[in-house]
Amino acid sequence: MTSPIAPRRAAAKAAARRGTLSGWVFVIPALIAYGTFVIYPLVLGIQYSFYKWNGVGPSEFVGLKNYIRVFTDPTLLASIGNAFVLIAFFTLIPVSAGLVLATLIRSMKPGPFSSLSQTILFLPQIIPLAAAGIAWSWMYAQTGAINQVLNAVGLGALARPWLGDFQTALPAVGLIGSWVLTGLCTVLFLTGIGKIDQSLYEAVRLDGASWWREFITITIPGLRQEIAVLVTITIIAALSSFDIIYTTTLGGPGRATLVPGISIYRIGFTQSNVGLASAFGIVLMILVLACVLPIQRLARASSK
Amino acid sequence: MAISRTRARLARGPVALTAIAATALLALTACAPGGNAPVANDVEVSTELTTDDVVLTIADETGFPLTDELAAEFTKQYPNVTFNVTRDTFQNLTAAAPKLLASDTPPDLIRLPTIGDTVQDGLIANLDPWAEAYGWDKWSEAQLAPLRVNEDGVRGSGSLYQLGLGYSITGIYMNKTLAAQLGIDEVPTTIAELEDDLAAAKAAGILPIMAGDLDGVVNFVVQAAMNQYNDPNEMMDWILNVPGATYDTPGNVKGADLVRSWADKGYFPSDINAIDYASFVSRFQAGEGLFTFNGNWAAADTQAKMGDNVDFFLVPTAEEGGKHVAMGAANSFSVAAGSKHLNEIVYFLNWIHTDPTARQIVTDVTGAAPGGDPAQEQPTVEAGSLIEKALEMSAVIGAENGQVDFMANATAGIYAGSIIPESQLLVTGQITGQEFVTRVQDFYAQELAG
Repeated sequence: MTSPIAPRRAAAKAAARRGTLSGWVFVIPALIAYGTFVIYPLVLGIQYSFYKWNGVGPSEFVGLKNYIRVFTDPTLLASIGNAFVLIAFFTLIPVSAGLVLATLIRSMKPGPFSSLSQTILFLPQIIPLAAAGIAWSWMYAQTGAINQVLNAVGLGALARPWLGDFQTALPAVGLIGSWVLTGLCTVLFLTGIGKIDQSLYEAVRLDGASWWREFITITIPGLRQEIAVLVTITIIAALSSFDIIYTTTLGGPGRATLVPGISIYRIGFTQSNVGLASAFGIVLMILVLACVLPIQRLARASSK
Repeated sequence: MAISRTRARLARGPVALTAIAATALLALTACAPGGNAPVANDVEVSTELTTDDVVLTIADETGFPLTDELAAEFTKQYPNVTFNVTRDTFQNLTAAAPKLLASDTPPDLIRLPTIGDTVQDGLIANLDPWAEAYGWDKWSEAQLAPLRVNEDGVRGSGSLYQLGLGYSITGIYMNKTLAAQLGIDEVPTTIAELEDDLAAAKAAGILPIMAGDLDGVVNFVVQAAMNQYNDPNEMMDWILNVPGATYDTPGNVKGADLVRSWADKGYFPSDINAIDYASFVSRFQAGEGLFTFNGNWAAADTQAKMGDNVDFFLVPTAEEGGKHVAMGAANSFSVAAGSKHLNEIVYFLNWIHTDPTARQIVTDVTGAAPGGDPAQEQPTVEAGSLIEKALEMSAVIGAENGQVDFMANATAGIYAGSIIPESQLLVTGQITGQEFVTRVQDFYAQELAG
C-alpha cells in the first residue's frame, strides 16, 4: 500500500529541495545586503557595548558596566520615560484619528473633494521630519502662528513659548508627530476599507445598524491587519524618535523632551563614549521588540 | 502542511540561534575595537613654501567666514596653493572631528574647540618643531598656553597642538537709545550699578537682558557672573581638566545664585528657553533689550545693524576698581597628524599671524586681535567703532591677566549633556545656584572618569 506512494513522495521531496535551492539563490543578494548593513553592524554594536571606547583610540573590556549604567542613570531612564509618553502622540492619536478620517472620507461621494482631502492629509508624510520640526518650531514660538491665533480669539492668557515651557514642550513635540503620522494612517486605512466586502456593509445596514455600529462591527475588525501594522511602525517611530526633537528642542528645556535617540547621539558622538551609546542602543532595540512583538502575535492570533 | 511548517520552524530556530550565537561569540572574542591610530607622516620641517600645485583642505564651522577670506588672500599671494573649505555646524563638527581626523584623508586644518582624546590618540600634529623653526617663542605665551597639552593629556602646558585664528573676548552690549530713555548715560562699572540699571529697565517696562537658552548661550551671562566672584585661575584649571580642580567653588555658587535672582525678578525674556543664538542676537539688534551678553565676533554685524546706538564694554567687577575677568579664547584650529601637507598648512598658519594683510582680515572679520608677536604692528580699525572697543577690552584683559576660557570647552559632552539643561532650569527659577554647580561638577567628574 505504501509502495505506490513512496516514489511519488520522493519526487515531491526532490522537487521541494530544488525549490529550496533556487529559493536560496534568489535570496542571496538580499541576504548579503542585509548581512552587511544590518546584521554586521548589529553584532559590532553588541561587541562595542561591552567596551569602554572613544571610537578611535584603544579600548578596554568592561563587561556589563555600560548596561548597568543604562539601568541606573536617572537621566537615561527619564529619556526612556519620555519616549513612552510620545507613544500616546505617535500611535494613539494618529491611529484613532486615521480610523475616523478614513471612515468619513469613505462615506463621502468619490470625487474631487474626497481625493483633495486624501492628498492634503497625506502631505505631511512627504515632508522631511527635520523640515517639519523647523516649521513647527516657528509656529510654536512666542510670536508664532499658534499664539497669534490665541491672541486673536481672546485666549491670549494661554499664549506661551510652547517648546520652551517645561509643561508643554513634550506634548508640543508629540503633536508634530501626530500631524505627520495621521496622514499615513488615514491613507492605509482607506485602502484597507476598500478591501472589506461591501456585502457586509449592506447586511448591517439592512439590519438597521447606525454609523457607529457599522464602524465597530465591520470596519474595525476588517482593518485588524492595518491597525497592527500601523501600531507597530508608529510605536517604533515614537521610541526611536530623533529628528523632530533635534530640530525643535534639542531635548530641552531642562531634560523635558530628552529621548533615547538624542541621548545615544550625544553619548556616542559628542562625548565619544561609543560603548555606553551602543549599550543604550541595544537596550532601546530590545525595548522596541518587547513592545512590537506582542502586537504582531496578537494580530496573527486574531486573524486565524 | 501543518507538519512541514512545524518542521521548518524547528529547523530554522536552532540554525538561526546558532548562527547568531556564533557570530556574537566571534565578535566578542575577536580583538578589541580601535587602537589603529594613523601613523603621523614623517616630514622634514621646512619654512619654505613649496612651488608645486597644492590643494589644502580646511574643515570649519558654519557662520564664520574667516577661513574663506584668508584662503582667498593666500591664493592671491601664492597662486600654486588653493583651498577646499568644508563647513558644518559647531555641534556636528565637534562630534565628527575625531572620525574626520582618524580617516585616511583627514582635513589638513580643522576647527577643534575641545581637544579631548585627540592628542592621546595621535590624531593631531605636534607643532613644536615648527614653533622653533618659525620663532613663535616671541608670541604671547598667555595666548598659546591654553593650546598646549602635556604628556598626561592636561591642557595648559607642554607641546603646542593648536593655533588660534583670532582671539575672542566677551562683554556686554548696551542699547544706547533705551539707556537714554532710562537716563543711563554711562556704562556700569560695578555689579551693583549693573543691577540698578537692570531694575530701572524692568520698572520702565523695558526688557533688562536679551538672552536665549535653547542652545545654551545664556551661559555667557552665567559664567560672566561667576567670573566676578572667582579666582580666574581656578576656573581655568577646571576647564583645562587639571586633576583636583572643582567647579563647586563659593564664587561659582554666588554667580549662579545672582543669575537665578535675575531670573526671579523677570530680567530675562519669558520665552528664554525657546530662543537660540541667532534669535537673541537679531532681537537685540532690532531694539529688544537694554543689555545683551555676547562676544566681539558679533561686533561688526551689530554695528552694521545698530549704527552708533550701541556700546560694548567689559562685564563690570564686583568691587569698584577690581580686576576685570572675561571669557575669551583662541578660535582654535589643529593640524591633522595624517595631513599630507604639514609644511604647507603650517606655513599658512604662520602667514595668518605675520602677514599684515592677513592680520587686517582677521580683525576686520572677527573683531578680534590677530595674536602673534605683540611687537608687530596692529591692524587699523575705525575710531570709535565697536571693533576698536573690543580690541581695547582685549588689551585691558591682557594687562589684568583676566582671561578665562569658556566653561563649555571643559569637556566634549558637558555643554549639551549638563550645562545647557541645567542652565535652562536655573534661568527659569527651578534650581538654585548650588544645585546648578553641583550637577555640572557631577557630570564633569563622570565624563572624565569615562
